[in-house]
Amino acid sequence: MGWAIALHGGAGDIPYSLPLERRQPREEALRHCLQIGVKALKSNMAPLDVVELVVRELENIPHFNAGRGSVLTNKGTVEMEASIMDGNTMKCGAVSGLTTVVNAVSLARLVMDNTPHIYLAFDGAEDFARQQGVETLHTSHFITPENIERLNQAKEANRVQIDYTQPIQNDTTKGEPEIPFANGDSQLGTVGCVAVDGNGNLASATSTGGLVNKMVGRIGDTPLIGAGTYANELCAVSATGKGEAVIRGTVARDVAAMMEFKGLSLKEAADCVVHERTPKGTVGLVAVSAAGEVAMPYNTTGMFRACAAEDGYSEVAIWPDTKIE
Amino acid sequence: MGGWAIAVHGGAGVDPNLPLQRQEEAKQLLTRVLNLGISALRSNLSAIDVVELVVRELETDPLFNSGRGSALTEKGTVEMEASIMDGPKRRCGAVSGLTTVKNPISLARLVMDKSPHSYLAFNGAEDFARQQGVEVLDNEYFITADNVGMLKLAKEANTILFDYRIPSGYETCGAAVESPMKMNGLPMSVYAPETVGCVVVDREGRCAAATSTGGLMNKMIGRIGDSPLIGAGTYACNLAGVSCTGEGEAIIRGTLAREVSAVMEYKGLGLQEAVDFVIKNRLDEGYAGLIAVSSKGEVAYGFNCNGMFRGCASEDGFMEVGIWE
Repeated sequence: MGWAIALHGGAGDIPYSLPLERRQPREEALRHCLQIGVKALKSNMAPLDVVELVVRELENIPHFNAGRGSVLTNKGTVEMEASIMDGNTMKCGAVSGLTTVVNAVSLARLVMDNTPHIYLAFDGAEDFARQQGVETLHTSHFITPENIERLNQAKEANRVQIDYTQPIQNDTTKGEPEIPFANGDSQLGTVGCVAVDGNGNLASATSTGGLVNKMVGRIGDTPLIGAGTYANELCAVSATGKGEAVIRGTVARDVAAMMEFKGLSLKEAADCVVHERTPKGTVGLVAVSAAGEVAMPYNTTGMFRACAAEDGYSEVAIWPDTKIE
Repeated sequence: MGGWAIAVHGGAGVDPNLPLQRQEEAKQLLTRVLNLGISALRSNLSAIDVVELVVRELETDPLFNSGRGSALTEKGTVEMEASIMDGPKRRCGAVSGLTTVKNPISLARLVMDKSPHSYLAFNGAEDFARQQGVEVLDNEYFITADNVGMLKLAKEANTILFDYRIPSGYETCGAAVESPMKMNGLPMSVYAPETVGCVVVDREGRCAAATSTGGLMNKMIGRIGDSPLIGAGTYACNLAGVSCTGEGEAIIRGTLAREVSAVMEYKGLGLQEAVDFVIKNRLDEGYAGLIAVSSKGEVAYGFNCNGMFRGCASEDGFMEVGIWE
């Protein structure tokens, strides 16, 4: 037993050739957010508050696809969504279609705490944000030049793009072959965090801008309890990857269900869901158990991730074999 | 193979004092749509087509809380949502925040079949509806006098009200009849959610599920419930098809629709056992009901509240329409 925390900045076809100037800021960011989370857990902050805190931090960092730095819809706008779940009470909150709210995960928390509902979206969610007095900024705040460029490229390619951290290589003679696009939903750069304290209290939170060039009004797996986010008394899970695969695979719930109904360990359950029950190249997740274990499996090329546990273990990584620390 | 089977519902949680005339009307509607589904199955329509067909019929009829006859938001408007799932490949489609689309379930089907996404909501969904040329009508079309009356009562009581069908004369009888049963903190006499749904397994053993609703009476604008959420209100896979109804928040946190097939798969339970297990163990203090079919041609239902409008039939000649235990 002991506390543990894991966070992610998205799973997908992160190419090994990712240039240093794109890698480093993201590694730094993961390390920074991990430290914030660890410090909070060590000072006995409740896991629900910890995951909200860490995801807020990830949302504020423009390198990840959440909050500022969210990818753009086919109309060049941002529509952000998030969800949060408390493993103890099983209470949850979710939001979609936000355009001005600086921290979607915090609004999701307020839906959970301050309304009789679980999920608010679009105009209704924006109105609620104003009633609650959360920080809002003009939507241009969230739009970065990088994402405008991504959208342009996606439109040129005339298809929905897996959000990965470099421009599409249209010219296949330039090294990396063009990464094939999936049909349907794909997601890279969703952010999420799961945490457990020394008493086995668990929580999970996930946040995203969604898919590059998505249709206005498109909702992915991130705000769907049981798909992108889940927590109960056994474990807490935050998933990322191709939205449709995460939804139809009810990924976050299935990890917990396998632990509960098949008696699998966290690692076994997480590995099973990711490696045996979802198609390759579609999914990654971070999970912690009540006993303080951590699992971060993914079946994509890479996943931006970090974790730490009370026994001193810590890790910041992108690909399978190249741990940064 | 077990042959085809079908179940429909018009909502869980029924006032024990519901006037007999309303009970009769409900049973007649359930019988009619059940027969519609049975005819379709006998002419070898696939499960996914049958569930859509049946739910369209339920949406069009103003009796239950979906399509025309939907419960009203706090602003007196209608916001409809629905989801559909096709068992064989677990393809899914969902919509929320519809204000003009005559048949939300059909738009959900189009999201599944004709868009690169799984879930569209609010303005984006309405735009998509126009692109697809589905039938649209002014929001007023969906609003019934009954519901305008109910909203007024709900506001006076200043509480969230599940859609409750009472003839206009009932209101003059004074306060709602005392009842010891409650749902969502409200006495049963002012609570009766009537989400509609249908699950089908066809002769090929393919399962499908569909759910549609106007949501909670007096809900906040933008509130999304369980009905459009895959894994919560609706789920179908190669083992089973499930549609839920009741307290939306309880269904979401219990990932109710997903649970039935999860315990079938992970615990080896049969359909009825799985339904019973889920109703007993996954609802805690929440109230809900569900209908389910299995790929083997079985049909089952369960609820932990007072009554559920339902009908079921299977190829072996079994047929039943009911409200109470």
